[in-house]
This record gives sequence, C-alpha cells and structure tokens, in this order.
Amino acid sequence: MLEIKNLQARVEDKEILRGVDLTVKAGEVHAIMGPNGSGKSTLAHVLAGREGYEITGGQVLFEGKDLLALKPEDRARAGIFLAFQYPVEIAGVNNTYFLKAALNAVRKSKGEEELDAMDFLELVKAKLKPLKMDESMLQRSVNEGFSGGEKKKNEVLQMAVLEPKLAILDETDSGLDIDALKVVADGVNALKRKDRGFLLVTHYQRLLDYIVPDYVHVLAQGRIVKSGGKELAKELEQKGYGWIPGAEKKEAAV
Amino acid sequence: MNPKTQEQAIEKATQQEYKYGFTTEIEADSAPPGLNEDIIRFISKKKNEPSFLLEWRLKCYRYWTKMAEPTWASVHYPKIDYQDIIYYSAPKKGGPKSLDEVDPEILKTFEKLGVPMQEREILAGVAVDAVMDSVSVGTTFKKKLAEMGILFCSFSDAVQEHPELVEKYMGSVVPYNDNFFAALNSAVFTDGSFCYVPKGVRCPMELSTYFRINAAKTGQFERTLLIADEGATVSYLEGCTAPMRDENQLHAAVVELVALDNAEIKYSTVQNWYPGDKDGKGGVYNFVTKRGACRGVNSKISWTQVETGSAITWKYPSCILQGDNSVGEFYSVAVANNFQQADTGTKMIHVGKNTKSTIISKGISAGHGQNTYRGMVRIQPAAENAQNYTQCDSLLMGDKCGAHTVPYIEVKNNSSKVGHEASTSKISDDQIFYCRQRGLSSEDAVNLIVNGFCKEVFRKLPMEFAVEAQKLLNVSLEGSVG
Repeated sequence: MLEIKNLQARVEDKEILRGVDLTVKAGEVHAIMGPNGSGKSTLAHVLAGREGYEITGGQVLFEGKDLLALKPEDRARAGIFLAFQYPVEIAGVNNTYFLKAALNAVRKSKGEEELDAMDFLELVKAKLKPLKMDESMLQRSVNEGFSGGEKKKNEVLQMAVLEPKLAILDETDSGLDIDALKVVADGVNALKRKDRGFLLVTHYQRLLDYIVPDYVHVLAQGRIVKSGGKELAKELEQKGYGWIPGAEKKEAAV
Repeated sequence: MNPKTQEQAIEKATQQEYKYGFTTEIEADSAPPGLNEDIIRFISKKKNEPSFLLEWRLKCYRYWTKMAEPTWASVHYPKIDYQDIIYYSAPKKGGPKSLDEVDPEILKTFEKLGVPMQEREILAGVAVDAVMDSVSVGTTFKKKLAEMGILFCSFSDAVQEHPELVEKYMGSVVPYNDNFFAALNSAVFTDGSFCYVPKGVRCPMELSTYFRINAAKTGQFERTLLIADEGATVSYLEGCTAPMRDENQLHAAVVELVALDNAEIKYSTVQNWYPGDKDGKGGVYNFVTKRGACRGVNSKISWTQVETGSAITWKYPSCILQGDNSVGEFYSVAVANNFQQADTGTKMIHVGKNTKSTIISKGISAGHGQNTYRGMVRIQPAAENAQNYTQCDSLLMGDKCGAHTVPYIEVKNNSSKVGHEASTSKISDDQIFYCRQRGLSSEDAVNLIVNGFCKEVFRKLPMEFAVEAQKLLNVSLEGSVG
C-alpha cells in the first residue's frame, strides 16, 4: 500500500533524507529504528505532509497514488494516520468534539453520512472499551493537562476512531513508563488488521517487545542501511548501530 | 508540502465578503446634515416629546459643545466631522401600529438578517424590537408581555406612554456629562428600546433588539433603558449590522440597566457592524457607553458581548455594584481583523459589602488588527469583603496584529480579594498541522481552535445566539493564520 522510492528531503540547507526506499504492504508491521538524527521523525512527518520540509527527489505512492501531491488533510482522509511524538494541546476544545469533527471530515470526503453527536458517542465508547481507557478522557480538552501517558493513549484512541489504512507511530514509546507502554501497545495490537499497515518509528527496542514487527529497518544518515526480521531489533539492542555499514559515524552520538 | 497552501486557504476564507452588506430602498425622512439646537428641536418635535426631554437634550447638547473627544483609547481614526452627519433619518411612512403596517421592504430586510419578526416565531421565544436607522419599526409580543406587566417597546413609545419611568431612570446610570459620546447621544438620540420588568416577574422569553444602520451618512444614536424591579429577572439580546459603505458611519449608543433588590439582568450583544474592507476602507465607528447599576441587595447584572464588527470599537460595559451582595459579570470576545481596532473592556465598581465581580475577556487579533483590553476594578472603602476575578486572554494570528492589556486596579478596602490572570498565545503551526493530520481543513482547524479559545464566553450566551456567534466568528476570522 505504501511505496517509498528514493525519497530525498531537506530542511533549509540540511539534507536529512538521502534516498529512502521502503515498501509496506497491507497487514504488515514495519519498525524503523536508528540513531538520533538519522531522519526517522522526518520520514514520519514527510509522509504525513508536515510543512517545512523540501522534497528534493524520489516519490511516495500510497495505494498507487502520488502521496506527496496531497494536502495533509487529504492524506489523512485517504487513510494515513500519524500518532505524534508530542501530541498537541488544544485548549477549550472538547476531546469528543474534536474526534467527531475529525471523523466526520474523513467520512464526508468519502461521501459517507456524517454522524450526529449521539451516534458518535456510542461509537467512541465502543472504541474505548478494548483500549481499557477511561471515559473521562472524552470530556477533557484535547490533550490539555494530559500526562505523557494519557496523551499517547489519546493518540491510540484517535487511531481507533479514524480507522486508518496506514498508521505511523512516531516515537510512541518515548516518555512512557512500563505500565503505560503496555496499555498503549495493547491498544495498537488490538487495532492490527489484515488490511492495515503499521510503521513504527522508534529509538529503542523496548516498544518492539510489545508490538512485534514483521520487519525491522535501520535508518542512518538518511538511508535505510539494513533490513531484517524482528530478530534484528534484538541484535541492535545488544550491539548498537555501529557495526552496520553506513551507520558507523553516528554511533558516537548514541 | 508547500507552506503556501495553508496561507491560501486562509486568505480565501478571510476575503469572504461581508454577508450583511445590502441596503434597503426605502424613502427616508431625514434632517439635513449638521448639528445645532434647531436640529435637536426638530428631532424632539418629530418625536412629539414632552418638554422635560427637549430641555434635557438641549442641556446635554450645550454641555457637549464644551467637551473634547477623548483620546486615551488605543484607536486611531481621522477626525470626525460632526456637522457632516445626519442625525435623524426615519423610514418615511409614519410609525406602524402593527406588524401588518410595517413596510414590506423593511420586513424583507429583517428577514434577510434573520430577525424573527413574524408572530409565528413565537416558537423561537424571542420578542424583538427592531431599530433601523433612527426609528423603531415594530415590536413583537408586546401584547403578550403586557399581560405580565412587562413593558417592552421602543424608546419613543416609552416616552409617550411611560414618561414618568423615562424621566426617573434616564441618565441615572450614565449621566449626560459622563463622557463625550454619551453626551452626544443624550442630545440627539432618536430611538432605541425600553424595558421594564415589574416586581417579582420573571420574563418568560428572551427579549431582543436588532439594530441596523441603513441610510447613507447617517449616525445611529440609540438609547436603551432596561429596569428590573425587585425580584425581577430578564435576559436581553442585542444584534447589530450595517450595510457596506465606503465612508465611515458613526454609532454612539447609550445603554442603561437598573437592577433593584434581588433582580437579575443578563444582557447579551452580538455586534456585527460593517468592519470596513480588507484594506481598512469604510466601516462603523462604534462608540458606546453601556453601564448597569446593581442598586439593590443581591442584584446581578451580567454582560456578555461578542464584538466581531466595526472598524473601531470603543466600549466598556460596566457594573456599579451598590447593593450589598450584588454581582457583576463581564464576558467578552472581541475580534480585530484586517484593520479593525478594538478598545474594549469593563469597569467593575464595588461599593456595597460582599460584592463580587467576574471578568473574562478573550481578545483575538488577526491581520493588522489591534485589540486592547482596558478594564478597571475599583474597590471602594465601604466594600467589605469584595471579590473580583479577572482573566484576560489574547490570541494572535499572524505577525502584523497586536494585543494589549491595560488593567487598572484600585483597592481602598483591605478585606477585598482581587485576582488578575492574563495570557497571550498564538495559534501554532503545530496545532494546525495536528488538526489537518486528523482530516480537518486549515479553516476548520482555525475555527476549532478559536472557538475553543472563546468557549467560556460562548457558553454564557443564550443557545441560539451562541451558534450565531460562533458562525460569525468563523466568518470574520477564516484564513487569518499565515
């Protein structure tokens, strides 16, 4: 469903992605690992359409269509979801209201009927249950005053409601204690489906104990320098990145 | 991703035309432009006023001629030529006796505005007094309200039918010599609304006035007087629009509220006078004096305003908390987009014991707009245990606008508690991207964030107004983030 071909991007004068190739098929879970500054988060942001990056080469196809030509909202409506590393607070905007507005924007773009408040509430409560999340989260303002763990749970809830085709999780494990990590991972696992792809961007192997990937890729200096199965993550945990050709220089920074 | 797309989306939205900018072709019966004692006599005669009123007007006029226009507000505009304004413009066909007699053109205008003039609107539960230019064109539900002893009519009718109430209360909250614009209004006001709710009566419906400036070069000087007698409660709504014109139009109103023992008044305004075009041409100069007196014990006056229109807004709805245990509230959303300038806030004057006041002000600045909150909290020596809480939040969109907060606090009694909180924030690119990543357009993202910012104020508005206010805000701001 997602084909990234020789993708190159930069911020101002700094080249960050220097030719990334990656294919994610429906039902697959891919993990992108790599040292700090290797371009992991940039890749996630570029896929979601964050402004401020200049695409200097390559292409990205999502279900055969040119993803990079779409506005961020159109990518979201097409089924791309980014779980943010730092979810944003929006004061005064009720979480349920926000979710309903988002879902209805997606539904409308597909020519589906928009849900009214009652139907939506029913739907969101049904989504909450398997995630083992508290209903009080619905009544609060979007991420305002949420703990780090609550923010990440809220991202998973949004994912559950919006039912994306491709979910990109950017450092979802950062700032989580082990209990929160488990809840978030369980939530993600509950959302795995044959027709849904996952791209997990993570710095540590820890998350992959809970969300087991089918493929692990090492991103270093803007390129994927090594790919393998889930065992690659274990190896990285033990040996670091330095032994991989193309990732040596950055090792010192880890 | 091209950062321009967001800007373009926003631009598209901001450049939305002023929706209410139509004019109505009605023959107007006008005074020549200019202001002198003859004009005042003309107005008074036209309105068949008792002599006390003419004398009051003349006294106000003479006082006004010695006054200077205030310069302390953070608003800048070319000098107003008071001799170039028409002070009286009435739709020509005399005063209507019932809705059937109202000029169909005028009714059409109100229909376009969505004013519920028809009796069928009884379901909406809103009684409307509509003021176009200077004359009140018809009051709905007058009969029904009269059965409960509630007087709700145009100011002119009140002068004819209840002169004793007018004489007793007019100018008792805003004295004629209060300020330049109040004095001018007192001299030349032409109509407005009047409401008296008798002892112990809870007004069963929202009362509403709709103001519209129509004739060219016309100033609008309406006066509203609202009295809630002991134990009475009333909720009052006020809406305003004006056609698009290249020249600036002057609006100088006075609103006086009086709450006696245990009475409660809720006064809500959605102000959408023409703000001028995107280059700052045209627009209404809105210089308004609004003040309420909580005269009785346990009385309460609550102001809620949503100010999205006008080229210039100069307005400080205030409360004088005389009665012990009385409560004053001020909830405000003020928008300054393009070249709009808003200098608005409130005064809470604590006189009685255990008086409480709350001020929540939300200022939104976009484009080249300048938004100033100016407020005063004064605790008089006798105001034992007075309390005030003030919260002023400013939201900036883009980098060419400005937000200013000018709070004055004077405390002359040590037992009081006064709290002030202020914040300034900007709609961040992160917030907008977050919303867009969830499928919302840039415009919807901005609306969502702005409405969240204003929520504390919107929830104070009566339901149907809250929806209208939200829409209005969206229209006046769409596309303001660059």
